[in-house]
Amino acid sequence: MDKYIWLIPVLPLIGFVINGLGRNLLPKAVIGLIGTLLVFAAFGISIATFSQIHETGKAINVTLFQWINAGAMKIPFAFLVDQLSAIMLLIITGVGTLIHLYSAGYMSHDEGFGKFFAYLNLFVFFMLLLVMGSNYVIMFIGWEGVGLCSYLLIGFWYTNPDYADAAKKAFIMNRIGDLGFLLAIFVMVNVFGSASYNVIFAKVKMLEPGFWVITVITLLLFVGATGKSAQIPLFTWLPDAMAGPTPVSALIHAATMVTAGIYMIARSNALFSFAPVTMDIIAYIGLATALFAALIALTQTDIKKVLAYSTVSQLGYMFLGLGVGAFTGGFFHVITHAFFKALLFLGAGSVIHAMSGDQDMRNMGGLWKKVPITAWTMLIGTIAIAGIPPFSGFFSKDEILAHTYEHSKWMYGVGVLTAMLTSFYMFRLVFLTFFGKFRGTHEQEHHLHESPASMTIPLIVLAILSMVGGLIGVPHVLGGHHELAHFLKPVFDNPSLHNKVEELPASTEFMLMGLSVGVAVLALIYAWVKYVKNKHVPVRDGEERSLLATLSYNKFYVDELYDFLIRKPLDTASNFLYLVVDKMGIDGIVNAFGSAPLESSKGLRLLQSGNVGFYIFIMVIGVIAVLAYSLGLTDILHK
Amino acid sequence: MTVSILIFLPLLAAAALVFLKNEVAKLAALFFAVVELALSAYFLANYIPGSNTQFLVDQSWIPQFGIYFNAGIDGINIIPIMLTTLLVPIIILTTFKHEYTKANIFYALILFMQSGLLVVFTALDGFLFYVGWEAALIPIYFISALWGGENRIKVTLKFFIYTFAGSLFMLIALIYLYTQNPSHTFDLHEFYNFNMTAKQQGFVFLAFFLAFAIKMPVFPFHTWQPDTYTEAPSAGTMMLSGIMLKMGIYGAIRWMIPVVPQGFDQYYPYCITLAVIGIVYASIIAFKQKDGKRLVAYSSIAHVGLIAAAILAWNVTGVQGAMIQMLNHGINVVGLFFIWDIISRKLGTRDLSQLGGIAKNNPWFAVAFLIITLGTVALPLTNGFIGEFLLLDGVYYYNITLAAVAGTTIILGGVYMLRMYKSVMQGPTNDLTLTFTDVTGTERLVLVIICALIIVIGVYPQPILHLSEASVTQLVGEVNAKLNALHAPAAAVPVK
Amino acid sequence: MEKFFNIVQSVPLNHYILLSCILFSIGVIGVLTRRNAIVIFMSVELMLNAVNLLLAVFSVFRNDPSGQVFVFFVMALAAAEVAVGLAIIVMVYRNTSSIDINVLNKLKW
Repeated sequence: MDKYIWLIPVLPLIGFVINGLGRNLLPKAVIGLIGTLLVFAAFGISIATFSQIHETGKAINVTLFQWINAGAMKIPFAFLVDQLSAIMLLIITGVGTLIHLYSAGYMSHDEGFGKFFAYLNLFVFFMLLLVMGSNYVIMFIGWEGVGLCSYLLIGFWYTNPDYADAAKKAFIMNRIGDLGFLLAIFVMVNVFGSASYNVIFAKVKMLEPGFWVITVITLLLFVGATGKSAQIPLFTWLPDAMAGPTPVSALIHAATMVTAGIYMIARSNALFSFAPVTMDIIAYIGLATALFAALIALTQTDIKKVLAYSTVSQLGYMFLGLGVGAFTGGFFHVITHAFFKALLFLGAGSVIHAMSGDQDMRNMGGLWKKVPITAWTMLIGTIAIAGIPPFSGFFSKDEILAHTYEHSKWMYGVGVLTAMLTSFYMFRLVFLTFFGKFRGTHEQEHHLHESPASMTIPLIVLAILSMVGGLIGVPHVLGGHHELAHFLKPVFDNPSLHNKVEELPASTEFMLMGLSVGVAVLALIYAWVKYVKNKHVPVRDGEERSLLATLSYNKFYVDELYDFLIRKPLDTASNFLYLVVDKMGIDGIVNAFGSAPLESSKGLRLLQSGNVGFYIFIMVIGVIAVLAYSLGLTDILHK
Repeated sequence: MTVSILIFLPLLAAAALVFLKNEVAKLAALFFAVVELALSAYFLANYIPGSNTQFLVDQSWIPQFGIYFNAGIDGINIIPIMLTTLLVPIIILTTFKHEYTKANIFYALILFMQSGLLVVFTALDGFLFYVGWEAALIPIYFISALWGGENRIKVTLKFFIYTFAGSLFMLIALIYLYTQNPSHTFDLHEFYNFNMTAKQQGFVFLAFFLAFAIKMPVFPFHTWQPDTYTEAPSAGTMMLSGIMLKMGIYGAIRWMIPVVPQGFDQYYPYCITLAVIGIVYASIIAFKQKDGKRLVAYSSIAHVGLIAAAILAWNVTGVQGAMIQMLNHGINVVGLFFIWDIISRKLGTRDLSQLGGIAKNNPWFAVAFLIITLGTVALPLTNGFIGEFLLLDGVYYYNITLAAVAGTTIILGGVYMLRMYKSVMQGPTNDLTLTFTDVTGTERLVLVIICALIIVIGVYPQPILHLSEASVTQLVGEVNAKLNALHAPAAAVPVK
Repeated sequence: MEKFFNIVQSVPLNHYILLSCILFSIGVIGVLTRRNAIVIFMSVELMLNAVNLLLAVFSVFRNDPSGQVFVFFVMALAAAEVAVGLAIIVMVYRNTSSIDINVLNKLKW
């Protein structure tokens, strides 16, 4: 297997090249087929790789060539596939294949079909590079590469300047994080002499836990993660990223790319477990993001925006899990979230497709009958994300919450509150969209139709995965074996990460589970009463809202705040530096050097009066002066 | 075969071009430039990576004053030489859609300049270096002053006097070194070896730094640059930004730091700080530029600031990064100026606010512009990343705070480059940009070559890094050994 | 000759120097104050002759003939100068109908 591992990323790359060059030459069917099949082939190899690792339990290391070799900086282009990356490979290529398939239907009317598939393939390539790299620099290639693809795909319909701006915003916010990542790489190369995982993780074990250098490295890495995984303070790009086509939101901004930050921290668990300060910060940031984003999601009316904020919130959950030391739990949530959030986005895409492009939930309602497959699958996804057993979200969320409880009681409380909010806004979405009466125009109603098979098949597959996906991690208390934890044990084999939850008494665990399921069901019922029974519809723009609702609807004015704090001052600084400092200040001094001789010549040239007598007079005075000097008359005067 | 053929071929070609008709001048110039490229490829193929000087020419020139025609190729200059011979044919190709008056003189000047640049890069004799340095300045003066934009005379005069003033300081430094040199020659390796007091070295360092800082340019000696880049004809801007500013970088690596290590030791913290300030300063100014060419000019200041900072940090990683970034910056900046050349030729404006939506109907142009933009913002797997990664690492070894500040270039660079890309290529089309027609013929050829270089170097940079590795390691090692010996009695200083 | 030398030496040297200085100063003042080009010319000649006188006298007092040789040089030079100078003045007169030097002030600033 080791020999063919390089094929996994190269196959989508081939797809990118073919589709990129032939985007206007090949027929759409061929483009869709090439794009999908190559990712599917990569999925096949990934399965083979996964099963090999599952059997042998050994990681695969492959060095392709020396990439950069300069001074102390030695970076081989090498791959490492272990348990962690094997699972990521399956998610990326598996969900990737489904989304490619879905896109073939969703984008079939778009003139940029070929370009879209080329970008999508390129994204898969970079994402695979990200998870397969055997050192941080290769990860960084993928890290920035997926940022690029995200930029390209958010700005896919770039003729709309708002979309182009959203793309730019995503790229730049990601880059802020990337700088942190880059600096972390420099520190690591300097401290450990290598950027390679194996070397670093082996050497870090010899250091003291809490050593400040580790704290610096991990904090910098976490800055990178906040950018890519949309955490406070760098989260505002993700909701704007919904400007991209919906399959993109599903693949990049829900299932894969945004989880890169979690992957990176999970990958670096050896470092992070040595930096308790960073772990606490991660937990706080994750928790704050989870709650904050959930609060915003409560009042959003754009179906994709709700899902976007829900993604931010769920990512916060994952970071909370990592922060409290539940690496398996956090990563478990990555897996289940990939299933149900991809499902929800694709379902939303299907709804938008049916609504002829309208995304406003206030115009929807009563779609259950018209788009039954979409409705059923989305309901499944919603139950999964709300954490109601036995669907997948319950298990992963429960694991995180249990660890949080062990870590700190108040954080657990906030976590449960967030779970309740999640359940509420997700069911609100379902009820507003599929229940009640249709509120859109007649034309839209006329067009309502279920999506083609290429779109519904991925929905069904993902719905099944969302239902059963949690079974890979059933905790002992429920009679399971937590297959995932066993599988990942070699990666998270770290003394400071032992599973404390297993020490909790079974009754406590049952109590925790009951509480989180209870609040989720309560929120469900409240949403049902409000939106189905009382037929409440969110108010239109411009109408009165309560203060809290206004704050939430306007995303707590964070964008405006950043605008005021960062963009405006920078713009002002730019103008000031250019016009005042550069043009007048520095260039003024330079020009003064030029104009000083010019100005003095203006004065001195008046001596050239043209009067010969004057010249002679000056000459005589000069001669006398020279004579006086040379005959020593000055000496006489001095005496 | 020695490097003298590489130096004199363009000179003879320039002389020949003067007598040719305008119509054939273009093709003849391209022909000679390609022959030169082939020659340099021959040298490259026969070059053995190592630290010794190869293809040496050592001819007596003015022996009374200890001046020799002494030139050769080693790991320090092979990359700038290849850059020169590679970019000149590309730059000549970019002019194929222009019809210049007195084209034969125009191309003759470009080839003359190439010769001067090659003298600078190959010279191992201080006097020869200086002669090449000034010889390269003369043709670019005429190119800008005769074929430039509206304000060309004023701007070119300023540029000339500014850089010339810098060169004079360098001349003083060279003559001073000559007088202090016990054997009274301008030989580079003798400059490396004889001793001067720290004070003497300090003055020589400052004189050199002024000359090179103006050439690069480093903040705050940069104000000639945006004006000149904006006013010069595109080919002239490309020669200036693509190749000529590398004279300053190269000079700092070969003629400044190793010659006066103690002078360097006294002043480099200030110089690095200036360079890093320049990065942020120029990036921020680039945000709000309305003229595309001027925006690129400021971005160039930012990128060169990073190269300067890494050189002054003086470690193998940083200098190696500078080496490869010289090449990358040359390629990228020529690409960007060519993009603006195309836009201003087709639409008659470089005002960002008047453009938009060009990507829609012009896929070749859009893809090329995007790739060049990505190369400039240093995305991994493009050439820019390799350079900036190594450069930032080089700065990091000196100081982590400065590295963080310098690193903001990857954020700020993203801001202004994407802003430029967006306002030119994205958004709705308008009446003006609807008239844009996609690139064809030589335009397409040039863009494809540049994009291919950006990606190939980004994916597999090792062969290029390998070219200079041995020489750089040796040069950096020698200087640091001297400095360590100096610091050793006082306190143990960690090896940089 | 011997007798002539004696006659010359019978007057003290200081008197000659004083006379030369007076002649020279008259010449300088003439050059500075007059506007007529020909008068200026004559004043210049006066200055030259003051020098000539001095040269000749020193030659006698020091018994060194080279001073007198110099006088001849100066006289030849003065003749050449007059030739060129007068030609210039004639040309000036033809162009400006005047030999006032202050008319010739085009070459300024």
